[in-house]
Amino acid sequence: MNSDNDQRVAGRGIRQTMSSLHTWTGLLLGWILYAMFLTGTVSYFKDELSQWMRPELARLSEIPDQAVVAQRIADEFGKTLAGASQWSMRLPDARNNSVYAFWRTSARSPGQRGFGEAYFDPATGGKVTSRETLGGDFFYRFHFQFHYMPVVWGRWIAGAAAMFMLVAIVSGVITHKKIFVDFFTFRWGRRQRSWLDAHNALAVFGLPFHLMITYTGLVTLMALYMPWGERVAFKTPAERQQLAAELSAFIPPGKPSGQNVPLASVEEMVRQAQERWGRDQVGRVNAVHPGDAAARVAVTRGDPGRVSMSPQYLEFEGATGKLLAVRENVGGAAETRGVFYALHLGRFSDTVTRWLYFLVSFMGTAMVGTGLVMWTVKRRQQLPDPDRPYFGFRLVERLNIAGIAGLSVAMTAFLWGNRLLPHPLEGRAELEIHLFFIVWALTLLHALARPARSAWVEQLWAASVLLSLLPVLNAMTTQRPLWHSLAEGDWIFAGMDIMCWALAWLHAALAMRTARQSAVSPSRSKANRRAPVTVASSEGAG
Amino acid sequence: MNARIQRVRSTGPLVSRIVAALFGGYALAALSSVAVLALPLSKPQAVLTGMLASFAIYTAAVVWVFAVRNALKAWAGLTIVAAALLPLAWSVS
Repeated sequence: MNSDNDQRVAGRGIRQTMSSLHTWTGLLLGWILYAMFLTGTVSYFKDELSQWMRPELARLSEIPDQAVVAQRIADEFGKTLAGASQWSMRLPDARNNSVYAFWRTSARSPGQRGFGEAYFDPATGGKVTSRETLGGDFFYRFHFQFHYMPVVWGRWIAGAAAMFMLVAIVSGVITHKKIFVDFFTFRWGRRQRSWLDAHNALAVFGLPFHLMITYTGLVTLMALYMPWGERVAFKTPAERQQLAAELSAFIPPGKPSGQNVPLASVEEMVRQAQERWGRDQVGRVNAVHPGDAAARVAVTRGDPGRVSMSPQYLEFEGATGKLLAVRENVGGAAETRGVFYALHLGRFSDTVTRWLYFLVSFMGTAMVGTGLVMWTVKRRQQLPDPDRPYFGFRLVERLNIAGIAGLSVAMTAFLWGNRLLPHPLEGRAELEIHLFFIVWALTLLHALARPARSAWVEQLWAASVLLSLLPVLNAMTTQRPLWHSLAEGDWIFAGMDIMCWALAWLHAALAMRTARQSAVSPSRSKANRRAPVTVASSEGAG
Repeated sequence: MNARIQRVRSTGPLVSRIVAALFGGYALAALSSVAVLALPLSKPQAVLTGMLASFAIYTAAVVWVFAVRNALKAWAGLTIVAAALLPLAWSVS
């Protein structure tokens, strides 16, 4: 703890300084990083999770014709959202069985809210009558902006954590000159060495991915973190719009004419896009000033099948349906950004690639987790009195328990809440989220109250039990139990149940392993502490 | 009093490095994201290039700050690079 002062730093080689840098950047925001990694990992199945959390909404056995659906929803908007200055709908695709839409109303009447959003049933065009929930979007949003704080704060915290991660990765690599030799070194059952080797193996195997995911994560919000070039370069709104058009499907916000002209056939517009990109390849339809003579409609290409999030869209005159512009190319830097963005979100993936994303990302989560645990394992051996560790040690130890095991419990509790909270219920979506944080806070209290090892074991078991019973709860509270979804070939529901059991097994295995270690720990062998020279010279992260 | 001086002497350079890494590194990255506008690229592409590269520059600055032998050298390195970038950034603003 006190070995990191500058005089020592000055006298040490670059690998030792980088090792310290790795340790402290990794630790300081480590719990935030762990939570970002785990919620980010499950977000690769965000759409599937959302479907599971809205069980009333029937599964789409095949993707409906997007052109027909777009017209259906546009008609609905024509009736219910007459005053909207803008609306945007995401059409159903292979992973989404509903239409998500948001809209802005020009705030003519003071009591009116300026912004609205809802899910629509592609078959009827009406609003979805499923239970109110944020679905998988909760983990997705938490991943980069957290909760209970202004969105911008959350994003800055996430950015700082990502920057720390980037520094931890680079310094970790410099620390390990022998990075590929270390990869083939695994010393089972040697306590600290095992943790270190696990950490190294996970880190090295996933290194290209971790570097990519951290850097591209920063890129997704780079305009927030590094606005200076933009501020200096662009003086007029027109110049700023030039940049905006490089980043997303952008319709210049012209003024409404005030003359009412109904929107031309949206179906025809989407049809043209389908001819261009393929039947199920349309992502969104945006309209500005719908119902006005000056209306504009943009039909945007979806994310699947291309490793870029750069905008590709057709722009139509709303009143006549005339194709005004085809935008399919952006500049080199903008395309680089589009590719980075796509690599981070992985929305281009087919099912196999998505599972790979999930697995490697899960290994990244484990890498952060083992790194955090290693900090305590390594220092426990050096404690003057192992029964009464100093404050910093106890703090890290307890935060590790709640941050790692507790998060599993809380995330599973969130899913339990989705099945158990009654509906309809006022503010139900937000209650699910409160439940997540209440349970997470309880795991911290539990970690503070109990001896560390017991707290680990109990929370891992709690997560395991909650996970293993979730399919049972699902069978009892919905019409879609496992036998039903297997018979129907409903792989979202069946996959969810099976994944719960796989994760329950993982948590149980970790719990049993931790419990076994507790049993042998008092007779900690001195062998681990022998040969301090080797340890000091080959010590990597820690 | 002596003890306090001793403490400042021992932790001061480390604090100085941390400040150099956090804020000096960010300032350098921000400066480079402006200086890149001097490149012969269209404005939107130059702005995006600056943003894209800034995190690599930030990371390199942090590693530099902790890799060199003392805090003074850490600051000196940042200052030299900043001095080189400043005229470029100045020319575009």
